Amino acid sequence: MEEREVVVIGAGPAGLSAALEAARAGAHVLLVDENSKPGGQLFKQIHKFFGSHEHRAGVRGIDIGTQLLEEAERLDIEVWLDAEACGIFNTTDVWIVRNKEKSVTVRAKRIILATGAVENSVNFPGWSLPGVMGAGAAQTMINLHRVLPGQKILMVGSGNVGIIVSYQLLQAGADVKAVVEAAPRLGGYGVHTAKVRRAGVPFYTSHTVLEARGTDHVESATIVQLDDKWKPIPGTEKELDVDTICIAAGLTPLVELAFAAGCEPLYSPLLGGMVPWHDRSMATSIPTIYLAGDISGVEEASTAMEEGRMAGLSAAYSLGYVDRETYAVGFDAAEKRMLALRSGMFGQKRRDAKAAIVGHSRG
Amino acid sequence: MQRIIDHPVLGPLPEVKMVRIIVDGESLMAREGEMIAAALIATGKKYFRKTVKTHEPRGIYCGIGRCTDCVMTVNGIPNVRTCVTPVEEGMVIETQMGYGVWKQEQ
Repeated sequence: MEEREVVVIGAGPAGLSAALEAARAGAHVLLVDENSKPGGQLFKQIHKFFGSHEHRAGVRGIDIGTQLLEEAERLDIEVWLDAEACGIFNTTDVWIVRNKEKSVTVRAKRIILATGAVENSVNFPGWSLPGVMGAGAAQTMINLHRVLPGQKILMVGSGNVGIIVSYQLLQAGADVKAVVEAAPRLGGYGVHTAKVRRAGVPFYTSHTVLEARGTDHVESATIVQLDDKWKPIPGTEKELDVDTICIAAGLTPLVELAFAAGCEPLYSPLLGGMVPWHDRSMATSIPTIYLAGDISGVEEASTAMEEGRMAGLSAAYSLGYVDRETYAVGFDAAEKRMLALRSGMFGQKRRDAKAAIVGHSRG
Repeated sequence: MQRIIDHPVLGPLPEVKMVRIIVDGESLMAREGEMIAAALIATGKKYFRKTVKTHEPRGIYCGIGRCTDCVMTVNGIPNVRTCVTPVEEGMVIETQMGYGVWKQEQ
């Protein structure tokens, strides 16, 4: 059996940051990802990031991704691409299928799960028609693959994902016909919302999509106003000429590996649903398994990178690679930056939800 | 359903080698290394498969290999996730009906 000190699963912002931090501390790291390219969802994020200077605010996601990859190369981190982690046995053995043909088991002293999250769907008649897709899927198509999935877009959801993708669809040359938001108020940051508004896109609060129609693909959609009990108000239906409906209704953590391994679950509705319990150091109920990024609760790339650093450093420290003081200094700095990202009217709720996970006494 | 040739942030579409793919018997060109789903969307293909029982059309949903809505039969192998599988020269891609049929001895 192959052996490595730290195996990181998932080479997105969280996994890359975790791998870098553990390697910097001196651990031998193996980073695996099922995709043929590393970076996770960073390379479709062509907008400038939020936060302060130390969070690399003002830098585009794609450029952050490139920097992380260059650093991984400098540190000579071993990366397996097209490598699907299929299970974890005995808290240490990671079963990996390489290139869809070779089965390998790697015994790890520490495992860091950075598997990310997947987009939610919303059910309505016609929701399974081609042309109805996750907003992130549309973002992948336009920014990564440079193809427009459609010309006339209905965006469902006005949170940051819905608003940023709406703007990027406009940049890509599509016509965003409307943004609907079921809540009475818009959900995203004002600065991006204002950009989409200025472009002339109509916003409909207290509205949802009632139906998508089409034979082999979306050809039109009906939206409807909702009353204060979230019920459609008859007579308020509006027909929209669209060929694509993007759903920006949040994400769900990809927790399968953690739960199959036996990590204790916890329900955190604000952070996307069931997540593995973890402590402040990002360790799960299984001391050899750590978490970083959306698997530990859905946030965004900047928090994922800080969590990655915290997890990578904690894993290296637990293996004896850094002394107590160095660990404390490095960890506290990352945690401080993290808490700054979890402040303000958007961040405080996430901060509270995270505190509830860490503070939850295990049964 | 078109390629994004000029982009205000990403710049012009880089030139890459084109490869030939066969989609439902029709010969089409795709950009080397791009995902099958992207190549098909660029050609305007409306649906990628039809469901087992009610034969409803399906296309991409998540675009990152998780939901398996976009699977097609590729080189005789059914249920290939087209959003995370790159095109290759001479690749034979078929709209999948139901579970699809294995056409290649493994």
